Amino acid sequence: MDRGRPGAGTGRYQLSQLRNIEAGSIHIIREVAAEFERPVLLFSGGKDSVVMLRLAQKAFWPGRIPFPVMHIDTGQNFPEVLEFRDRYVAEVDATLVVASVQDSIDAGRVAEEAGPNPSRNRLQTRTLLDAITEHRFDAVFGGARRDEEKARAKERVFSFRDEFGQWDPKNQRPELWSLFNGRHRAGEHIRVFPLSDWTELDIWQYVADEEIDLPSIYYSHRRQVFRRDGMLLSVGPHVAPRYEEEVFEATVRYRTVGDMTCTGAVVSVAASVEDIVAEVAATRVTERGASRADDRVSEAAMEDRKREGYF
Amino acid sequence: MELLRLATAGSVDDGKSTLIGRLLYDSKAIFEDQLESVERVSRQRGDEYTDLALLTDGLRAEREQGITIDVAYRYFATPVRKFIIADTPGHIQYTRNMVTGNSTADLTVVLVDARKGIVEQTRRHAFLASLLRVPHLLLCVNKMDLVGYDRDVFEGLREEFATFASRLDVRDLSFIPISALQGDNVVQRSANMPWYEGASLLHHLEQVYISSDRNMIDARLPVQWVVRPQATSVLDYRGYAGQVAGGVFKPGDTVMVLPSGLTTTVAGIDTFDGPLDEAFPPMSVTVRLTDDVDVSRGDLICRPLNQPNVGQDLDAMVAWMTERPVAVGDFLALKHTTRWVRAVVRDIHYRLDVNSLHRDESASTLGLNEVGRVSLRVTQPLFYDSYRRNRLTGSFILVTEDTNVTAGAGMLLGPD
Repeated sequence: MDRGRPGAGTGRYQLSQLRNIEAGSIHIIREVAAEFERPVLLFSGGKDSVVMLRLAQKAFWPGRIPFPVMHIDTGQNFPEVLEFRDRYVAEVDATLVVASVQDSIDAGRVAEEAGPNPSRNRLQTRTLLDAITEHRFDAVFGGARRDEEKARAKERVFSFRDEFGQWDPKNQRPELWSLFNGRHRAGEHIRVFPLSDWTELDIWQYVADEEIDLPSIYYSHRRQVFRRDGMLLSVGPHVAPRYEEEVFEATVRYRTVGDMTCTGAVVSVAASVEDIVAEVAATRVTERGASRADDRVSEAAMEDRKREGYF
Repeated sequence: MELLRLATAGSVDDGKSTLIGRLLYDSKAIFEDQLESVERVSRQRGDEYTDLALLTDGLRAEREQGITIDVAYRYFATPVRKFIIADTPGHIQYTRNMVTGNSTADLTVVLVDARKGIVEQTRRHAFLASLLRVPHLLLCVNKMDLVGYDRDVFEGLREEFATFASRLDVRDLSFIPISALQGDNVVQRSANMPWYEGASLLHHLEQVYISSDRNMIDARLPVQWVVRPQATSVLDYRGYAGQVAGGVFKPGDTVMVLPSGLTTTVAGIDTFDGPLDEAFPPMSVTVRLTDDVDVSRGDLICRPLNQPNVGQDLDAMVAWMTERPVAVGDFLALKHTTRWVRAVVRDIHYRLDVNSLHRDESASTLGLNEVGRVSLRVTQPLFYDSYRRNRLTGSFILVTEDTNVTAGAGMLLGPD
């Protein structure tokens, strides 16, 4: 059972920075389980949500995770990731709730985007908020990190959402010490970000230390791609190249996992977790800048989506 | 690799953004796409130079108005340490943000413009760092290039600030002359100031000794969650989960559970990764006890010969953080460690002027961004230490009962 706690203290009574932020994240997850009636953990199969689920396992071990996990399925996800999701959730003995964007479209709650680059990315917000209402979730764990994006750098660990699911960045509750205030009224909820202080490199070092399983698309592989707006998009059922966009095979991996319409691959030969730790430590471009069309819409694309209730 | 949390406060004109930008850039924590985006926005706005403040000013309103309105968290690492910067605006109307940023900081950087000297804002930043008991305070005298790298300017400011700081409760005070713009003494020691024999800023941040800042004496485990699996494989398991807030716990230790006062021993310290020989701050662990005593969330596990204060009448310094002022007779929700209680304000002894440290004993309320000494009565006893002894068991927040807003930050005073 004792795997020697890799990366533990550098001396007596010292904790490494990774074990320090791990302890803080576990504290946050336990606070939520103790103070809320119906928490849920958003799980996409992406690396951050997988790490978050591992932290939840640790928080309650040897007990079971006392809340379900939920995936907002755009219907345009990578098949490798969906397969991974189902296998991993079963392995950790968690309960999975799937809320589908296709169902929201079929019910007339949202309309499919038109235009040159249609994506269901933004539509997810409606599906997410509807699912929160339907299941009466009062705390929603998200895997967002503050190093990802500048609007996220300003968000609290316990982030209040009003009855419309909206974030008001100018009116956030002060957050002091590790004394989190999750009080809210019926119909309001709190988004909770236990990975706030983790960086992309921390996530990968943790994945390496803990030998955490991830979807195969994070690792280098050969894939049919084409270039659009400087990003390498994968050819698939939901993304077709236009006439002038040339398809070629490349050795790539994914740094983030969104849906196929807005997530770009990066050219990489990093095939193991150790390779990726080295690559991330040396990279000069942020993961969202390298691979996410959804953040490229404008300078405040993330802030605007978050205000509406996005992840 | 250790973690160091630092707080900075200040405005654009004292060079804080330049300094942070330089630390991030030189440690390769600024990425090309972030820099490009900042350069583009600066150009669009017609700035003469690339405004590195745009890296931290993440909200639309901040970029449009060219101001910082909230705490921004930035991350960088060297081979020695990972750093989390809580970057806050420095003006008086952002006192609550500075209080927030300092609450978890190991070290606070106070910036002074070498030409302007110690000003009101300098004193306020230093006072707030001492109020929040940040263990290390660092005064950076910036813009040394604009005073000809003059040693006398630096020494004069050092003396003036040290005199002021002697009125505060500062445990470790250091001084570094820098030029954030030119890079003097930021990452490398500067050849322009051979008279300065201390460390560069980054070297200081890497080397400052923080391990002894935690309370390793008073064993404290506030119980967060009772682990009681409903599974046949671990049928009789009962463990008490929490983050160690002080001292060291070991299997076999005699411990006392508050409020019951029952004494038992630690049967084991469990984690997902296996049992531990000892647990210390800030570890999150699960403790099993030998006897089947009644323990629930909000209880505290400590040593029978080292118990915290137990009481319903509290005396604290309170920083007020919301528009609606607080007055004697007000009811509020109070969270201390893992326990929520109700509190009533019994007395406001004085309001402290955060600039002059003057005590206004005629004050009967505390308004937004004001600090004062307050007496409270709470519905159930709290198990607490003074804030100066333990920042985790000595702090609380006050929340309005109608709007659920975090309205106050409290730091408990004795008895020690």
